Amino acid sequence: MADGSIIPEAVWQTLALLSPSPPGWGGNLLRGLLHSLQIALGAFGMGLIIGTLGAYGKLYGSPLVRDLAGIYTTIVRAVPELVLILLLYYAGTDLINRTLEMAGYQRIDVSGLVAGIVVLGFVQGAYATEVLRGAIKAIPFGEIEAARAYGMSPTLMMRRITLPSMLPYALPGLANLWLIATKDTALLAVVGFSELTLETRQAAGTTKAYFLFFIAAGALYLLITLFSNVLVARIEKWARRGMPSIREARS
Amino acid sequence: MTVSDAVSTDPLQPQSAEQAEAIHVWNLHKRFGALEVLKGVSMTARDGDVVALIGGSGSGKSTFLRCINFLENPTSGVIRINGEDIEMVSDGAGGQYPANRRQIERIRSRLGMVFQNFNLWQHMTLLQNVIEVPVHVLGMKRDEAIAIGEQLLERVGLSAKRDVYPAYLSGGQQQRGAIARALAIQPRVMLFDEPTSALDPELVGEVLKVIGDLAKEGRTMLLVTHEMKFAREVASHVMYLHNGIVEEEGPPEELFGSPKSERLKQFIRTVS
Ligand SMILES: Nc1ncnc2c1ncn2[C@@H]1O[C@H](COP(=O)(O)OP(=O)(O)OP(=O)(O)O)[C@@H](O)[C@H]1O
Ligand SMILES: [Mg+2]
Repeated sequence: MADGSIIPEAVWQTLALLSPSPPGWGGNLLRGLLHSLQIALGAFGMGLIIGTLGAYGKLYGSPLVRDLAGIYTTIVRAVPELVLILLLYYAGTDLINRTLEMAGYQRIDVSGLVAGIVVLGFVQGAYATEVLRGAIKAIPFGEIEAARAYGMSPTLMMRRITLPSMLPYALPGLANLWLIATKDTALLAVVGFSELTLETRQAAGTTKAYFLFFIAAGALYLLITLFSNVLVARIEKWARRGMPSIREARS
Repeated sequence: MTVSDAVSTDPLQPQSAEQAEAIHVWNLHKRFGALEVLKGVSMTARDGDVVALIGGSGSGKSTFLRCINFLENPTSGVIRINGEDIEMVSDGAGGQYPANRRQIERIRSRLGMVFQNFNLWQHMTLLQNVIEVPVHVLGMKRDEAIAIGEQLLERVGLSAKRDVYPAYLSGGQQQRGAIARALAIQPRVMLFDEPTSALDPELVGEVLKVIGDLAKEGRTMLLVTHEMKFAREVASHVMYLHNGIVEEEGPPEELFGSPKSERLKQFIRTVS
């Protein structure tokens, strides 16, 4: 850098490591971030679907369905996530390949992205089941009864009444789950999936600029959270459109 | 039981001298576990009838009303709505449930129920509440439903509140909105379960006025109420329920003017 700059040459050289194009490692970090976000979004979405089915199963299902849903949520929430990820990832891909071989097909390479989404989605689904079950139970009973009394079919009622009514009660829990999903993607580093944390570790290991890269990764995770908070606040405002604000009620 | 002074403008309600049966209930029984709440109640409501159900707390009035649109499954008995028998199948444990969910949904979508606690959908504005069932259950075009909905809100005096969410309305306004929601489905029969019991005394009048006007224009309705004066004014037929049986029934002048059973006499004394 030009003489007289207050920032020493060495600092610039270090920061240049973050450049998005080689020899900088910034591109790798951003690619890792993208992968993390893809997995988090996919897993969260899958968790929502499983969670909705699980919540309905637990609330309205036959005894068998209720038991199955209960076993699922209990086990998934009891076992450490890291163990579940290792188990589901290795055992899961192994099971798929064995089945394929037995059926006379070729082994396949399960894509890390799909495996990551399925594994984390399976974990998220258990927590989402409980969040959504609680939220559905919080809906004033009369609103459901009115929907029944006016001839809504179960699916119409779910779409038009139950899901929108429970949203305000579910959102805080779901927002937590989303943030957990973004960070749980880091656990996939153990199965060699190149998400943000693994990319960061590689960049840091190669350049020895540990501090720089982990701070950078931390900043990226923080950005995700800050952006999510803004988004959640908006969704929450919309979901609570029919409810007077708590603050108004206090004054 | 026909209303003498009623002039029906509703095309759904035939004008013949002998009005068609809108609801026919025969020998209805309902038990909750060991508790038998209804012990053989029968009733016929023809088009234009206003049937008032009165009786003490726990006598089974709400349960009877809720059996008619199958919010509760009757344990036994016949229910015929719009001339259509509801098929029931046994659940193998002494009870029964409707054989055909679609049939129940179709019938429910023609019975406009008004609840004690209004039960408006909180995430929808008043107008959205009113057009919800016409659009999504009955398949009416949105524009048409909105036009009808606006008329109905005007009728119940809530035009200015069309885009307001229920939580921001008074109880009386919510109940009038709920009546508009019931009217929006062009109900064959309206079912009211103590529509003014959850209201502050000063709000009762505005709701009774709306219901009274509906009765005058010949709407068919079934009304559970504790408002004896009102029942006497609007009803064409009154049923006094006690412990799950119809203890006495008849035209309001007879029932309130010269009650026969001791219990009814006492009931009238205590509530008035
Ligand atoms: N779902 C239920 N499970 C068990 N018992 C019930 C149920 N619903 C009502 N009951 C009982 O049935 C009886 C009749 O209740 P119902 O609500 O029909 O009375 P009601 O005449 O409407 O009284 P009120 O004037 O207080 O509203 C009561 O003893 C009540 O406890
Ligand atoms: Mg009642």
